[in-house]
Amino acid sequence: MSEQLDAGLIAQRIAEDDGLGRPSAGHEVGRARRRKEDARLVTGRTTWTDNVQLPGMLYVAFLRSPMAHARIIRVDVSAARTLPGVVAAYGGADFAGEQGSLPCAWPVTEDIVIPDHPPMAVTEVRYVGEAVACVVATDRFKAADALEAIEVDYEPLRAVVDMTEALAEDAPKVHEPGNRAFTWKFAQGDVDAAFRDAPVVIDRTYVQQRLIPTAMEPRAVVASTDGQTFTLYSSTQIPHVLRVMLAMTTGIPEHRLRVIAPDVGGGFGSKLQVTAEEVLALLLTRRLGRPVKWTESRSEGNLTVHHGRDQLQRISIAAERDGRIRGVKVDLLADMGAYLMLVTPGVPLLGAFMYGGIYKMDAYDFTCTGVFTTKMPTDAYRGAGRPEATFAIERAVDELACELGLDPVEVRRRNWITHEEFPYTTVCGLTYDSGNYEAATARALELFGYDRLRAEQAERRERRDPVQLGVGVSTYTEMCGLAPSRVLGSLRYGAGGWEHATVRMLPTGKVEVVTGTSPHGQGHETAWSQITADALGVPFEDVSVLHGDTAVSHKGMDTYGSRSLVVGGVAVLSACEKVKDRARELAAHVLEASADDIEFSDGSFKVRGTDEGRTIQELALAAFAAHDLPDGFEPRLDAESTFDPDNFSFPHGTHLCAVEVDTETGRCSIRSYVAVDDVGSVVNPLIVEGQVHGGIAQGVAQALFEEAVHDAEGNLLTTTMADYLIPSASDLPAFVTDRTETPATSNPLGVKGVGEAGTIASTPAVVNAIVDALRPYGVRDVRMPCTPERVWRAIAEAPARPAATGPEESESAISEGGAR
Amino acid sequence: MISAPFDYIRPESLDEACRVLAEADTAGDDVKVLAGGQSLLPLLRLRLAYPAALVDIGRLRELRGVRDGGDHVLIGAMTTHDEVLRSALIRKEIPLVALATATVADPAVRHRGTFGGSLAHADPAGDLPAVALALDCVFVARSSAGGREIPAADFFVDYLETALEPGEVLAGVRVPKLGPGWGFHYEKFHRTAQSWATVGVAAAVRLDGGTVEEARIALTNMGPAPVRARAVEETLRGVSPAPSASGARDPLADACDRADEGTSPPADLHGGPGYRRHLARVLTRRAVAAAV
Ligand SMILES: Cc1cc2nc3c(=O)[nH]c(=O)nc-3n(C[C@H](O)[C@H](O)[C@H](O)COP(=O)(O)OP(=O)(O)OC[C@H]3O[C@@H](n4cnc5c(N)ncnc54)[C@H](O)[C@@H]3O)c2cc1C
Repeated sequence: MSEQLDAGLIAQRIAEDDGLGRPSAGHEVGRARRRKEDARLVTGRTTWTDNVQLPGMLYVAFLRSPMAHARIIRVDVSAARTLPGVVAAYGGADFAGEQGSLPCAWPVTEDIVIPDHPPMAVTEVRYVGEAVACVVATDRFKAADALEAIEVDYEPLRAVVDMTEALAEDAPKVHEPGNRAFTWKFAQGDVDAAFRDAPVVIDRTYVQQRLIPTAMEPRAVVASTDGQTFTLYSSTQIPHVLRVMLAMTTGIPEHRLRVIAPDVGGGFGSKLQVTAEEVLALLLTRRLGRPVKWTESRSEGNLTVHHGRDQLQRISIAAERDGRIRGVKVDLLADMGAYLMLVTPGVPLLGAFMYGGIYKMDAYDFTCTGVFTTKMPTDAYRGAGRPEATFAIERAVDELACELGLDPVEVRRRNWITHEEFPYTTVCGLTYDSGNYEAATARALELFGYDRLRAEQAERRERRDPVQLGVGVSTYTEMCGLAPSRVLGSLRYGAGGWEHATVRMLPTGKVEVVTGTSPHGQGHETAWSQITADALGVPFEDVSVLHGDTAVSHKGMDTYGSRSLVVGGVAVLSACEKVKDRARELAAHVLEASADDIEFSDGSFKVRGTDEGRTIQELALAAFAAHDLPDGFEPRLDAESTFDPDNFSFPHGTHLCAVEVDTETGRCSIRSYVAVDDVGSVVNPLIVEGQVHGGIAQGVAQALFEEAVHDAEGNLLTTTMADYLIPSASDLPAFVTDRTETPATSNPLGVKGVGEAGTIASTPAVVNAIVDALRPYGVRDVRMPCTPERVWRAIAEAPARPAATGPEESESAISEGGAR
Repeated sequence: MISAPFDYIRPESLDEACRVLAEADTAGDDVKVLAGGQSLLPLLRLRLAYPAALVDIGRLRELRGVRDGGDHVLIGAMTTHDEVLRSALIRKEIPLVALATATVADPAVRHRGTFGGSLAHADPAGDLPAVALALDCVFVARSSAGGREIPAADFFVDYLETALEPGEVLAGVRVPKLGPGWGFHYEKFHRTAQSWATVGVAAAVRLDGGTVEEARIALTNMGPAPVRARAVEETLRGVSPAPSASGARDPLADACDRADEGTSPPADLHGGPGYRRHLARVLTRRAVAAAV
């Protein structure tokens, strides 16, 4: 698997895919199949939620708070109600009796403060963008216009934007009980002993800036009712979880509520949520008896889609002189924002077990305090907790290397779990089932030209080149494949982590796979078809995958946490195995042989040692006709499976990044980027490649470009894409990617998941490279995103600055103010 | 984002457009000229502007195209950025316009956005105002009262504000041909490929016998309107831009260190004033070095 996939090769693979020279069944898994869903997705000839048109549909627009913290004195919608085309207008008080509280499914501690979270604010607003009123009109233009006729009187309260300030005695209270939501602790081994008399201690604080997930498709909701049953279309990642949660919060009985996630254009965690708009759309359709639709604008989305990251991390490493790590201590503040949403408090916990990274150590101590501020709530964003953890440990290990004068790769080598040591139970209590850090790192170093780049770096330093070169290393692992239900239970999560699949053999021999995963760009239809095609010996083209509608896919836990293949794909495989068992039994009956004598290969069941057999398609028809079945055999081959994993999966890899830093302007340009990932067995290399590329781009974006910035009053300053910078292809280098393949031993597919790996690995690789470039200047850190101005200031303010022009004023730009 | 309601008028001739604008002006109506809409429509959709009507000049062929005027090139206001980039005449005679236009936004925006719109909008972060200022362009305005010419030095008044009166349409811009011996460069510093300039430098430099005879330098986003870096222009005269012997002070850099004199750079998410001043100095040096 040491071949490199470049664009040319991918194009060739795609060409091969169009039928040239390969058998069409039997060897699907591992093949770079072009995704079968893409034609409809990229041409838009499909149903996105905003395309849904229902008879008599009305359109909803929300009036949102312009203040981060205020008491609502009066909401007057009467003028709006009189405007042409307006059917209804409501303030929060109009829903007070029925709107309930948006759910938090992860009360991480017993004494956690879970504040009431009305979908529409009634008495107090706690972040800019919180809904305070709505208009329902015959078109979206009239609805938008009518918002301006609504009058709201606010009594301003003090905003609190910064977590440290929020914890101060005299801080304005976001909620009555105070601004500390919870403190969660976890410790293993004797941390005091590890730090006592430690020859080297590294103690650093890192800021995980707040990010705004930016899916291609904005959120959209359509709700309708026939008076008895309710249907909710939503651009969501979690139709199944959503249905359960909405049934619990709105009182609409679960069996009368159908949730449909039609094709969904990206989520990255942001659509793993039960949103105010979804609840209010249901309440509105119930009240008005007509279908309603709401689609957010991009600026509305920047304000009100849940945000990601926003942690203040203090990490300490105690180590020996030779670089061996004794123990790690982590103290985290995690910004919850104004409320706890679906898994808000759980996000830092998903990182809690990953601060040890791939390293061996004797002691570990983790504390996390969740803090309320008057900002949009945070929640899962690609990687959720694990990018933060990986960033902190990978940055700190680089600092350790620097402190000891060792090469950063060497320090890692002295600490990592070697491949002979798997399965390995880490200090955090996780059992890493498999991995080979040596192999991935060796391959990455080779592709990267590590020694050559180090030589060039030395040369540039020598001649004081204004453009310095830095090399960044990130050797990551992550826990994904969420998750063993028992573990989730022990962490006080409100649900399990299993996944469901149904495989149906149709009379004509075609196959329908019903999955509980809910793809929103990942390519499940293709990958699940590949797994099914191999398992049942049917052509890839003969499989269709159904998902995203609770009336079609009745059971599921949906898609997030790199879980779909590792849990859902395994459920598909196991359902296929059950179909095969039934088919074998039927074949034995038809062929008058014992089931033990029936062999299965390439889609046929044959009596051992003969040519006598039946194809699975023939058996499907036989089961349908039901004329001649074994006694007691139900007339179907269909089967279902619900798979609950025993363990997480642990993808890993080594990412190397070379950055050129223009010390005159502070601009950082990525010169080369190598990623060698080990995601276990690969079902479709093209999909893996796509996930890695997108993931790296998103991680680079955190390192260099993206940041949600608030002013001291709590106003979001980055409401448009002119200010919240998302890199495009022109801003990113051509990634060099490769893989090592160490199959997971915890599932029969040997897969580990790849949805988040790139994002988790890349951010520290980039920042390590920038800091590495600037070490001779005495720079120890640059806060993310490493904007040109921040890098320039870091150089100018560093102790050992070689003659350069420094900043004249010490006050910094807005971007440095109230940003966290 | 949905804009507030407005009326929409699409004249078929420049005369008709001027008449419509004059009537609106008399009636006290707030009307706006709509060119490519790439700056105006975002303002409407964010509800930062509430014009009563838009006068769409998109059909006015007479405002479109690039013509050789002898000692200048006349660019019609409705010529799109993309058309500017495709014009051989512009590339040959006034290459600075092409160099700067190539850095504007992305292909989609360049196919809709217009040369005249960029200048009439007078966004201090826009790339073309500094070019027009450096080249001493002449703006040709039309109204029902007739036409008038406005020198670039008087055209850019303040943030999003030009010398155009209500009722006036920018018809075109005369860009002087500077003649032989000139070199050009537009140095743009921005954070992503599609983002606006944090700072930009438009430079036109003429050498004579190895030293600078004349330099024209204007800065993007170093104040509410584009500014000429007059101090640099003066100090550069007679300076040799060739790299100096190591150890010696570099006179080019010395001159360019004055680039931020007389500027009042803004503070925003992409940089504070101090950083922008520093960038102006570094980028001016680079622009001049690249131009010669
Ligand atoms: C995503 C994006 C990125 C961009 N990036 C850049 C960039 O990097 N650099 C850059 O320079 N620009 C950039 N722009 C702006 C772009 O260049 C616009 O095209 C330009 O600013 C306005 O031109 P327009 O034809 O679209 O004018 P419009 O938006 O139609 O009009 C803008 C203003 O000028 C007035 N106006 C227009 N034409 C006339 C006229 N003939 N007479 C009188 N008044 C007139 C209008 O009334 C309005 O007030 C960007 C735009 C977008 C959407």
